[in-house]
Amino acid sequence: MQEITRDILLERAEALLADGTVDRVLGWKKGEFAYDVTPAVFTTADELRAEFVWNDFCGANFSKYLIKETAKKDTKVLVFLKSCDTYSFNQLLTEHRFDREKVYVIGVPCNGMLDPKKVKDKAESVLSVTDNGTEVAIETLYDGIVTVARDELLPDRCLNCKSKKHVAYDELLGTEGDVVANARFDEVARLEAMTPDERFAFWQNELSRCIRCNACRDVCPACTCEKCVFDNPNSGVDNKAPANEFEEKMFHIIRAFHVAGRCTDCGECSRVCPQSIPLHLLNRKFIKDIDEFYGEYQAGAEAGSRAPIVNYDLNDLEASEAVERGNE
Amino acid sequence: MQVKEYKPLIVAFCCNWCSYAGADLAGNNRLNYPADVKIIRVPCSCRVNPMFILRAFQRGADGVIICGCHPGDCHYTSGNYYTRRRMALLFSMLDYLGIERERTRVEWVSAAEGAKFAATMNDFAEKVASLGENKRLEDLRCKK
Repeated sequence: MQEITRDILLERAEALLADGTVDRVLGWKKGEFAYDVTPAVFTTADELRAEFVWNDFCGANFSKYLIKETAKKDTKVLVFLKSCDTYSFNQLLTEHRFDREKVYVIGVPCNGMLDPKKVKDKAESVLSVTDNGTEVAIETLYDGIVTVARDELLPDRCLNCKSKKHVAYDELLGTEGDVVANARFDEVARLEAMTPDERFAFWQNELSRCIRCNACRDVCPACTCEKCVFDNPNSGVDNKAPANEFEEKMFHIIRAFHVAGRCTDCGECSRVCPQSIPLHLLNRKFIKDIDEFYGEYQAGAEAGSRAPIVNYDLNDLEASEAVERGNE
Repeated sequence: MQVKEYKPLIVAFCCNWCSYAGADLAGNNRLNYPADVKIIRVPCSCRVNPMFILRAFQRGADGVIICGCHPGDCHYTSGNYYTRRRMALLFSMLDYLGIERERTRVEWVSAAEGAKFAATMNDFAEKVASLGENKRLEDLRCKK
């Protein structure tokens, strides 16, 4: 259950539309099933009242949508951003990907968004999902109501939430949170402690499921190049399906490297992966390494900051030392 | 039947201003280093895109080494500082994915260090040879 209800968001959206501050609203509407909601642009209060949705499945990070949406018109667009989304928002501003003046941001507190994959694991033929804060009641077609503890349905990115603090907004609903302690690097450390053979087996198993649908790239707020290397026929790596083991690894290594230092760890890549590959573990490895080698750095924490990978220090450690230290 | 002796194929990216000249000096001084070290000349060590390294492995390299000017001596002032950060992160990532860390290396070789170039290549070739063929990042289609 979210602290802020649909009615509060609706009221603010209608008010801002009415006074002309914004002329469209980036929000969600109902999808085919109870657990999938679809991003949508609303232009009138009637549309909003009829179709606007705000529930535990509104996990999509809207920061990247703003690039295309703000390019369409000169007027402002209203967007609702959760705390983790605001980091991506700042990062995109740092990279000058859209005009800040064309966006009106309402910061929305978030209690963690449910993972549709986990809901579907717990129950079949889901009709509706009701959340009372600690437990979630899943109404099913054949098995009646299945009740599950809310924590069991949270994705990894919400279980290890890095911050409840909104780093950018025009207006904040509810109470401001803070950067929270988390255990997001534990899984990375567990992998680092394995032998190279075990690590290779682990990643072979995960990455061999990749179907190169490019969903991770398309959703990633850090992947905003107008011409992506993976779309360029001259690059030789624009295949639509990984032809062999090399290409599976190459795609993910290069993609993680391209966003290294700019990835805010929003977790969208893992959320959208149809094959449930834990892609965030690749990005977190880079974040962990950057923190350890070059000092703590959170991409997007402040707009305009310079990422460690486009910077240097005369006393940086050597590559060979880095690998040693990365494994400690 | 003749058994082909295994010799590791090594790709060495050498910067034009220091390491390539260092390799030249090693040659002029008649210093031995393995013939299976294939040198690719790049304008600066920071010209090396991570994709080049993966490509080398794909096409059958068993080890990849990047040689550049000593920190502070870069012809373009700061190129090798960027190389150092990038490669530290990339090699750490390759290690994370289970690709042996001994297969990749960054070494600073100046134009006057012909002996260091030869010694580095001998040492690197020996390390890579002890690991055997690169199986984890190869592309079977590229096998001859």
